Amino acid sequence: MKQELICIVCPQGCRLLVEEHNGSYQVSGNTCKRGEQYGITEMTAPTRVITSTVCLKGGRYPRLPVKTNGAIPKKLIFDCMEQINQLTVYAPVKMGDVILKNVLDTGIDIISCRSAKSNEK
Amino acid sequence: MLEYDLVVIGGGPAGLAAAYSAYQNGVTKILILERDDITGGILNQCIHNGFGLHYFKEELTGPEYAQRFEEMLKDTSVTIMTQTMVLEVTPEKQIFAVNQTEGYITICAKAIVFSMGCRERTRGAIAIPGDRPSGVFTAGTAQRYINIEGYMVGKRVVILGSGDIGLIMARRMKLEGAEVLAVVEIMPYSNGLNRNIVQCLNDYDIPLYLSHTVTEIRGKRRVEQIVVSQVDQDRMPISGTEIVFDCDTLLLSVGLIPENEISKTAKVTLDRRSNGAVVYDDMQTNIEGIFACGNVLHVHDLVDFVTEESMKAGKSAAQYILNQYRHSEQTVMVENGEKVSYTVPQKIDLAVGEPETDLFFRVNQVIHHGIITVLGEDQQVLFSKKKAHLLPAEMEKIHLKKEWLTKQRQITILIEE
Repeated sequence: MKQELICIVCPQGCRLLVEEHNGSYQVSGNTCKRGEQYGITEMTAPTRVITSTVCLKGGRYPRLPVKTNGAIPKKLIFDCMEQINQLTVYAPVKMGDVILKNVLDTGIDIISCRSAKSNEK
Repeated sequence: MLEYDLVVIGGGPAGLAAAYSAYQNGVTKILILERDDITGGILNQCIHNGFGLHYFKEELTGPEYAQRFEEMLKDTSVTIMTQTMVLEVTPEKQIFAVNQTEGYITICAKAIVFSMGCRERTRGAIAIPGDRPSGVFTAGTAQRYINIEGYMVGKRVVILGSGDIGLIMARRMKLEGAEVLAVVEIMPYSNGLNRNIVQCLNDYDIPLYLSHTVTEIRGKRRVEQIVVSQVDQDRMPISGTEIVFDCDTLLLSVGLIPENEISKTAKVTLDRRSNGAVVYDDMQTNIEGIFACGNVLHVHDLVDFVTEESMKAGKSAAQYILNQYRHSEQTVMVENGEKVSYTVPQKIDLAVGEPETDLFFRVNQVIHHGIITVLGEDQQVLFSKKKAHLLPAEMEKIHLKKEWLTKQRQITILIEE
């Protein structure tokens, strides 16, 4: 089986060709190792990093940007969004702080992408 | 009156990098003027990832990229004034600005970096016919409402324009529970990065209508319907091809314009092709001691390239402040030839500055198997490089050694097929 893919690892967007022979995958067209890994993962168990915002109380703005600190299975994207949408964070918070540990038992955490100072002085 | 060695106008990614680089190169009295509450500019609302792969060698979100630079600046003597709006800059490098705490302020600078960024084209710029209900937003405004201010802008959405902001917002609206009915693009190809077509549209089964445009907006108080038509080769709507979408929101991602109002007051010469300043390869404008970088100079696809360019502008500004160098007569003018829409820089000084320079340009059509060619005055080939795919959406970069250009007064960049 052959499948053409566009690599999403970096903005270069290499055109990959992934070929399957008896369960083993061969990737061509990639210009880096991460592209090869992407080609195989995309064919077997595609994953994505999710970025969104959560409710922030006591900060300058009402939203705090967050992300998964690793890629989660693509089929869990909307379940993950549901988890993210239930979160409320209270300022102060630091960039990199874990907001939710082990989301949906993936072993991946939701972390803060920005520090936010508290409005109270 | 305040006095600084360097004043940087705009505290987005370009301004932060320029200030940092000037500090690294020996200037200490530096001021950044920013009109928003915080620095970071557009990065603060670009909460998606994909930033920093070139500069930090890791994948960051926009807010993380901004904060990295803010933290780098924390250990420097750079002063940041937020909520401060610059009104005018004179060619003599006087800056007039206002803010709530100090009122009207005048600042004198030895050098200035322009890093004001760009703004979005609106419905008016492309004259979409129809009613004028609420529910029509530029994509960047919607992005700010959703990602920073916490307002959802609509439930059923059509997006016009398949540039990166349009694609990113299609995914964002979908993740936040909206239905995205269509992304509509007037050109026969997308103006966004391929990876964004994959991870923003294909991942969520959002249809992309190429060679289509919005021909009517319908609705009394709020958008009720959007009419989309196919266009012909001259981008004129074809009657009878109308598709009607029942929706409440239209997002526009129809281009960005460098914000050069202040450049004009400083009498900086602008280039009609890039809509930004005409600069030398050290990022200096025609006004001595005024430099430009980032999206105010030309619209970039990647913040990493903004950083690189702005680092160069900051370094040059520092050298100008410390050595008072002047540009020489040995300047090569860069012209765009066939299939090239603009170049930056537009002037290369052979006698002053670094011995090598990067040259950025964009093509004006999709080209497969092109040869990027630099021709001298007598049509001799000074440089050429093969490239499998060239897209208007992707800025191209070539690296030139100044020794290749000796004795030229003008060079032309073009694409051969």
